[in-house]
Amino acid sequence: MNIHEYQAKALLKGFGAPVAAGVPVFSAGEAEAAARSLPGPLWVVKSQIHAGGRGKGRFKEASAGEKGGVRLARSVDEVIEFARQMLGATLVTKQTGQAGKQVNRLYIEDGADIARELYCSLLVDRAVGRVAFVVSTEGGMDIETVAHDTPEKIVTVAIDPEAGVTAADVAAIVSALKLEGAAAKDAETLFPLLYWAFIDKDMSLLEVNPLIVLKDGHLRLLDAKVSFDGNALFRHPDVEALRDLTEEDDKEIEAHKHDLAYVALSGNIGCMVNGAGLAMATMDIIKLYGAEPANFLDVGGGASREKVTAAFKIITADPAVKGILINIFGGIMKCDVIAEGVIAAVREVGLQVPLVVRLEGTNVALGKKIIADSGLDVIAADDLDDAARKIVAAVKGA
Amino acid sequence: MSILVNKDTKVIVQGLTGKTGTFHTEQALGYHGTKMVAGVTPGKGGSTWEGTLPDGSKAVLPVFDTVAEAREKTGANASVVYVPPKAAGASIIEAIDAEMPLIVTITEGIPVLDMVKVKARLDRSTSRLLGPNCPGVLTPGECKIGIMPGSIFRRGSVGIVSRSGTLTYEAVFQTTNEGLGQTTAVGIGGDPVKGTEFIDVLELFLADPETKSIVMIGEIGGSAEEAAAEFLKDEAKRGRMKPMVGFIAGRTAPPGRTMGHAGAVISGGKGGAEDKIAAMEAAGIVVSPSPAQLGRTLAERLKG
Repeated sequence: MNIHEYQAKALLKGFGAPVAAGVPVFSAGEAEAAARSLPGPLWVVKSQIHAGGRGKGRFKEASAGEKGGVRLARSVDEVIEFARQMLGATLVTKQTGQAGKQVNRLYIEDGADIARELYCSLLVDRAVGRVAFVVSTEGGMDIETVAHDTPEKIVTVAIDPEAGVTAADVAAIVSALKLEGAAAKDAETLFPLLYWAFIDKDMSLLEVNPLIVLKDGHLRLLDAKVSFDGNALFRHPDVEALRDLTEEDDKEIEAHKHDLAYVALSGNIGCMVNGAGLAMATMDIIKLYGAEPANFLDVGGGASREKVTAAFKIITADPAVKGILINIFGGIMKCDVIAEGVIAAVREVGLQVPLVVRLEGTNVALGKKIIADSGLDVIAADDLDDAARKIVAAVKGA
Repeated sequence: MSILVNKDTKVIVQGLTGKTGTFHTEQALGYHGTKMVAGVTPGKGGSTWEGTLPDGSKAVLPVFDTVAEAREKTGANASVVYVPPKAAGASIIEAIDAEMPLIVTITEGIPVLDMVKVKARLDRSTSRLLGPNCPGVLTPGECKIGIMPGSIFRRGSVGIVSRSGTLTYEAVFQTTNEGLGQTTAVGIGGDPVKGTEFIDVLELFLADPETKSIVMIGEIGGSAEEAAAEFLKDEAKRGRMKPMVGFIAGRTAPPGRTMGHAGAVISGGKGGAEDKIAAMEAAGIVVSPSPAQLGRTLAERLKG
């Protein structure tokens, strides 16, 4: 689960991290009061969307002006003008795709005198199974580019979970970031507290890009991106409350309610599969036969008839879907239960597009018989290759 | 021979008295009499569990409060964990502290930082952990731990290792249909932090004389497949190699999105399918572009 920059900064400030003063605004009318509550003479007006590359992004609407999604204002009037232009407009960045994202929230922040821009993130380093700091002197840039072009400028410091951030860990980070004086002193408290925030809130990513050294020598978080482990939200109702549903796909929200793993994609063949690996492999084989999947959907190991019906409704609600492939390898899941669920769903929702069903595993004969006896226009497939060929042919022939 | 489990493996079930634990214990007992010897549910020690096997016969197992006690009383050398995600991390640590040699964790959805704690404890122990978020391990005709469907297996010569449950079943089913059969199938699980990686299982398969060939199924996210490919290259230089077929799920997955498995995500430009496929091919693995062609590709590879 992702949150906005202003929420991440408020959260980290609660742990003692140095962030600039700032005020979130939801309407242009709030911009003046927000700007006047900050000292000036420089304000930063930042679009709050769940996507990176905001500064270099462009708005679709001409009325939003030529400037990007993060703007420097030199007067209160300019803050107000930017807020009027940006709120409600659609920001396109390299992470939003062509459609862009509507900006419904702005964060108005006190400007900073920047001496150096650095990079710092915390994540779970899966190779060692530990939380690790990833730091670089090359801040403010796309870290993927830095990793590709100059990997030697990225330093990883993995933390022993039983010892926490030690003095030696801090020294390694300070050395990697070439911090001196006040900044080196700040580092002694900043890095342990970032680690503590990461652990305490079950984060999956905490990225500060850039982490800046101010002209007065102190450290400050100029930006902050935080994601949380969805599997740990049960112990963080305060984090769950930060969720902004307008940032999420409606079909994905609906799927989440039914405990279905669903990811919307751009193709036209809807997929319903059990198991994440098989669901990905089903997408891959559709592509291999020359078509594109409309979604990833894992109904899980213990799917009930109700769950199958919910999944079927989500798939058919997508107007892009021109055909559906159901691929089930029943281990825990019994094929007859799936077959009954599919038939119930088709009877309830109706079937406007070709449907190919491939069943294998526990009670497969019974499952196939239930579908054959239903009288519904379902195309049966013998194996995964056969299923993929049949659905691609049916969609292309339509 | 087989790896990890055989007819002598004695298994206790953590979370036996729950619905999932009960169902799969009945299935395991029904699979060639896998030696399920006891259950552990805190607070229910001293009671008994009664189950109905697939053939209709009844089974009764003792229930203990702790893993240590269950191990001491039954001589179990493996544990399977069906405990719900909120409590599963603590259950695994209890099994490690009881020095259980093999711990198989089926539970999906354990918070990753709980697994970081487990991993730290595991690294200082002699236990081996399979999973979490895995389908378990099965040696045909001898022992089934976890949730794999026993009916698709056939005793044979292929070792199977996979990050995905249902793709393991595909590989098993296809190698059975080709008449090859399996020595052991091992699910290592779809989580980012786990107990056993590809390399650990590949080492066991290379060392097992009955395993003549290997199917390895990976997916996007992390770099375990690349590490495995490096390992295989080094072993081949020492003359240790077996014919291998591979598959990587998620060639069409968009970057930055978690595809069902918590570990299946391309992040920071890393963990994409193409890099993994290239690394595996460089190590001599025939990587099938189709998940439906694993068995046939292996059969052809073996014919030479």
